[in-house]
Amino acid sequence: MSDTRTNSGNGFWAGLMKAKPAKPGEIYGVPGQGDSLKISAVVIVGIIFVWWFVTFAGFIKPLFLPSPMGVINAFFTMLKDGFTGVGFWEHTWVSTLRVFGAFLLACVIGIPLGIAMGMSPFARGVFDPPIEFYRPIPPLAYLPLMIIWFGIDELSKVLLIFLSVLAPLVLGARAGVRSAAIEQIHAAYSFGATRWQVIRMVVLPAAMPEIFTAMRVGIGFGWTTLVAAEMVAATSGLGYTVLSASRFLQTDIVIMGIVVIAIIAYAFDHLVRFIERRVVPWKGRG
Amino acid sequence: MTALAIKNASVFYPVPGKTPVHALQNINLDILEKEFVVALGASGCGKSTLLNLIAGFMAPSEGEISLNGRVVTGPGADRSVVFQKHALLPWLNVLDNVAFGLKIQGHNQAKREGIARDFIKLLGLEQFEQSATYELSGGMQQRVGIARALTSDPAILLMDEPLGALDALTRERAQELILKVWRDTGKMVFFITHSVEEALFMGTKLIVMSPRPGRISHVFDLPFSRRYFESGNAREIKASAEFIALREEILKIIFADEAGALHE
Repeated sequence: MSDTRTNSGNGFWAGLMKAKPAKPGEIYGVPGQGDSLKISAVVIVGIIFVWWFVTFAGFIKPLFLPSPMGVINAFFTMLKDGFTGVGFWEHTWVSTLRVFGAFLLACVIGIPLGIAMGMSPFARGVFDPPIEFYRPIPPLAYLPLMIIWFGIDELSKVLLIFLSVLAPLVLGARAGVRSAAIEQIHAAYSFGATRWQVIRMVVLPAAMPEIFTAMRVGIGFGWTTLVAAEMVAATSGLGYTVLSASRFLQTDIVIMGIVVIAIIAYAFDHLVRFIERRVVPWKGRG
Repeated sequence: MTALAIKNASVFYPVPGKTPVHALQNINLDILEKEFVVALGASGCGKSTLLNLIAGFMAPSEGEISLNGRVVTGPGADRSVVFQKHALLPWLNVLDNVAFGLKIQGHNQAKREGIARDFIKLLGLEQFEQSATYELSGGMQQRVGIARALTSDPAILLMDEPLGALDALTRERAQELILKVWRDTGKMVFFITHSVEEALFMGTKLIVMSPRPGRISHVFDLPFSRRYFESGNAREIKASAEFIALREEILKIIFADEAGALHE
């Protein structure tokens, strides 16, 4: 009798039913094992092809979805002539500065704050209510308040982005405090360490993997909030470019702006991951 | 001369709505200079609580612990701890892990590395000085932990099941290594284990502890580690009739405690 129960083919459904046999060097049943790079490449090419095809064949008008070539043309036109009198690089530079300025500020304030909240019930008691209160609110909702309180200049824009980056950083650093094993902390104390030495030499390094993850999440929030921040009284920036272009139905520039934001955010994420591998090579192995 | 003295130490935990749990009751124990005291007992007998008291991580509800006449009020460098696991710092290499205590104590880099290298050599870790700790085997990691504990020149080494996570072969080799380190450094040792064989082989004095309330029920003086230094043959000692007879006697005590716990 053939054994169909344990060997029911290699199709998609079979893949859902049981784990693939492990190749030499792999471990049976590890979730998500295997390379996804090729699949992603095919998907990207596929999306661009479908995009090209539906615009080329005229299924969708350029007003709603310009062709890939149209977007690339918009990019080169903007590179040459700028947008609303401001050059492409200046738009990019201004937005990057806003996001990174807010991000650095959030790191400088949020990481020590999160560590303090993790270490001290007093700090947790003081800062937990305000952070948990504002954290789920969309930045667009408190944007008017930021403008009333802090004006229409850079300050309110950077503060809006800062607030959206701060919450995930604080939560990450706070959770990271728990990463240090009690044995590591006891070892330090039994050498006569002060509380401050324990924080600096054990708790903070042990929290680094979580802090890096929080930085990656946080910078993502920062880019998400950029467009909201540049809604008011901005005269340059990628978010401003996207918003004003949409007002004039310049869909090619809208898409180009979105793609540029995505590329910068993606590049920065890889930079953080690169630094992460250098700084915490022991992540997940300690 | 008495070096470490535990006098009438008790620990109770308050339990809301119930009678307090007696983790330790009236513990009296002296650890003398160069003694290797092993604590053995069924789980829940308070071995680790006793170690935490000596280390200063916990204060006794009653009684007093003193080291060379000074009352223990908190952790200190005169009582180094070797943990079962998770106690090394993966962001530091082996050398910096061993030197970690010296860095806390504020010694300069040259002095730190000088002292750390002495103990790295004593534990046979020279080849791994620059290695990451997470690349080492469990046995090697424990050697790093022991080297680190020795750097502060403690009066007593507190070892909380240091070999509990090792495989059987590595464990036997590590037992011999610890005995040699103990002989060469002349430290007092307080050593917790679940293995009766390990306890008998290593200690000069064995305390058997019983649970509910945690207390010292039996004390034995042991000759086997001294014999090991004479003969150098660990297996022969562990296979001797005298060793096996004592091992069975102690196992009986511990099993009786566990059976008692099940009937409660």
